[in-house]
Amino acid sequence: MATKRTIRTIPRERTPMTERPVADRARTFDEVACGYSLADALRESDRCLRCPDRACVRGCPVGIDIPGFIERLGEKDVRGAYDVIAATSLLPAVCGRVCPQETQCEGVCTVGDTLEPVAIGRLERFVGDMAIAEGWSSASWTGPSGFAVAIVGSGPAGIACAADLAKAGCSVTVFEAFQQPGGVLRYGIPDFRLPNEVVDAEIDKLARLGIRFRCNTLVGRLFTIEQLIGEMGFAAVFIATGAGTPAFMGIPGESLSGVLSANELLTRANLMRARDFPAYDTPMRIGRRVAVIGAGNTAMDAMRVCVRLGAEEVTCLYRRSRAEAPARAEELHHAEQEGVGFEWLTDPVEILPDDQGSVRAIRCRRMQLGEPDASGRRRPLPVEGSEVELGCDTVVVAIGTNANPILGQTSTLALDERGYIAVDEDLATSIDGVFAGGDIVTGAATVIEAMGAGRRAARSIARYLGLGGARRADPDVRGEMLFGLAGDQRGYARVRVA
Amino acid sequence: MTSSVDPGFRVVRREDLSASAYLLEIAHPQLARAARPGQFVMVMSRPEGERVPLTIADFDREAGTITVVVQAAGKTTKQMQRDVREGSYLHAVVGPMGEPSRIDGVRKVVCVGGGLGVAPVYPQARAFKENGAYVIGVIGFRSSELVFWEDRFRSVCDEFIVCSDDGSIGIKGLVTEGIKQATARHADIDEVVAIGPPVMMRSCAELTRPLGIRTVVSLNPIMVDGTGMCGGCRVKIGGRTLFACVDGPEFDAHQVDFDDLISRLRRFKAEEQAALERWERSLAPAVTGTTG
Repeated sequence: MATKRTIRTIPRERTPMTERPVADRARTFDEVACGYSLADALRESDRCLRCPDRACVRGCPVGIDIPGFIERLGEKDVRGAYDVIAATSLLPAVCGRVCPQETQCEGVCTVGDTLEPVAIGRLERFVGDMAIAEGWSSASWTGPSGFAVAIVGSGPAGIACAADLAKAGCSVTVFEAFQQPGGVLRYGIPDFRLPNEVVDAEIDKLARLGIRFRCNTLVGRLFTIEQLIGEMGFAAVFIATGAGTPAFMGIPGESLSGVLSANELLTRANLMRARDFPAYDTPMRIGRRVAVIGAGNTAMDAMRVCVRLGAEEVTCLYRRSRAEAPARAEELHHAEQEGVGFEWLTDPVEILPDDQGSVRAIRCRRMQLGEPDASGRRRPLPVEGSEVELGCDTVVVAIGTNANPILGQTSTLALDERGYIAVDEDLATSIDGVFAGGDIVTGAATVIEAMGAGRRAARSIARYLGLGGARRADPDVRGEMLFGLAGDQRGYARVRVA
Repeated sequence: MTSSVDPGFRVVRREDLSASAYLLEIAHPQLARAARPGQFVMVMSRPEGERVPLTIADFDREAGTITVVVQAAGKTTKQMQRDVREGSYLHAVVGPMGEPSRIDGVRKVVCVGGGLGVAPVYPQARAFKENGAYVIGVIGFRSSELVFWEDRFRSVCDEFIVCSDDGSIGIKGLVTEGIKQATARHADIDEVVAIGPPVMMRSCAELTRPLGIRTVVSLNPIMVDGTGMCGGCRVKIGGRTLFACVDGPEFDAHQVDFDDLISRLRRFKAEEQAALERWERSLAPAVTGTTG
């Protein structure tokens, strides 16, 4: 580049991304954000100052060389840009879509101090989509290590760890309880935000790295963690089972038949395709008026699913104000665009039944913000005499999750006081050779944080196995025989990625 | 992509127990080894199907199979009844799920099965027997033509009582009549295990409550994943909300809020009815030359 870029020479506003018009979204699960063209990407990459500060890299949970990939992109070297990203991140097409960039890389972007920050997420997605379309992959093989590693859970933490260990020469098997891999990317995040084809393509890429996906396998119950590390011959195990049981409010009326968790709604709609009922068997009832409790990303996803399934009125109830809402800015914005109503500073106290045992209304009290609480956010306090009744026929509870109990029930793993798996700074659990990370350790977090945990665990496991030297052996030997049964006898369904 | 076609899980035997109930024995050696009485599996017969929770009615570790008994009640299970044969492959079978039954420490037990509930209570009766307990079996059906597993069940029991609503077999009356007979003869019963329709389990609970006999029931609420994730199977137990899939499926009958359970089982009644009618209409000979 001949002329030096400065804050005064670059475009002031970020390159807009084409979005599906709001009117077209009502009944379709097609993706809302349509992505950049090459021209868009080149224009936006020109807004990056390549500043020496590189705050964005520190803002990224996995430390992607962001100015590095943008530099390549600016040179129209999309493949080179992909290689830079792939050195640290496995799923650019996913992360470019679902990371909360405004609180990570873009939140600390130098350009953002003065103008709109560089649209790093959109650029990452452009590169990731191009990689899928072109079939690029970036595996740097070190040769087989001779170690078999089991990963429990095929969500973002599990697949991040799996990919790094596969690249380090391990024979990796990923166990998944559902009939399809992907974890929250599959059952949780709806297609209009992360299309299933993108998940399929990313999983397919991992399968081509030699990673085996075993679906329909409930670890803990079908076999235990101790069996994996013992008789089944895995040298190390990474537990990444993800989010746990849905939390409920504990208010009267929550067991009425019109009340469900956001997890249930999303799993029915996304994984089980209840949105295509009756072509698919799994039913779902949305009703005319839906109240969603909570204002995180899961709440936004649930509301936008309800809009698409034909609810006439979808309202978000949140006991704090918009400023405290944990959802990603873009999700909140899209929900607002799609006509979702927001009742900020509104705290549900009771769900009221109709005469059929379903929901008639939700009684709430209004709140006001007081002094900051332990979370640093201003504490919501009830306003005396402010109770209101809001009519609705469905209530979706999206206030977070508690720890899933299955591995605690079936192993000797030490848990913390909240029931999550206890780990040390290397993500090692109380069982030698067993590591854990992601939501089952931290409680609900983001996709990129889970991936970050998966990559940290991969480093710890590589260290634990003493990898780095050139041990050569057949990676397929260990972990292949389970209970004396060969792989084809075990009744696993092979991963479906088409 | 070019993923090879995955056949799924093979059905090695099918047996029709009545016009509306059928048994499937499924090859899954690892599951057969892991399964314990009281647990359940999730079955999807095809990719477009529902995940159907089914209590494990038997497991054969030698043969490497598990057995489930299915009531053809809705569209999914009726379509399975029509399509799934010996040699068929099921799209997904996953489990075992749930906490196993508590077998130890019980010296005298009444195992009660109502209707299809006979199937899931059978492996428990067998486990109690193998553990040295005195087992009294009570099975109940509406009438004699619905009876199944009578001899099989009897073979693991020290005493055996058959009840039928219409008196066409055994004693005339509900399973509670059988429990009354058992409790009249034995003052030292440690536990009653009752599995069947919710109304039946509630009657058993109300019968044993004043007698102070510990009573266990297996709940089968609507669930999606079966792994604790969706919360659809939440049940009220002693005033607490618990998840049948991971905290159960067995609970202390005297603590179960059966009204809540029965009400929640009706959540999708309208959708289920519509799906069934639509499917049955689609089976009728086409009047016009539609391709759909």
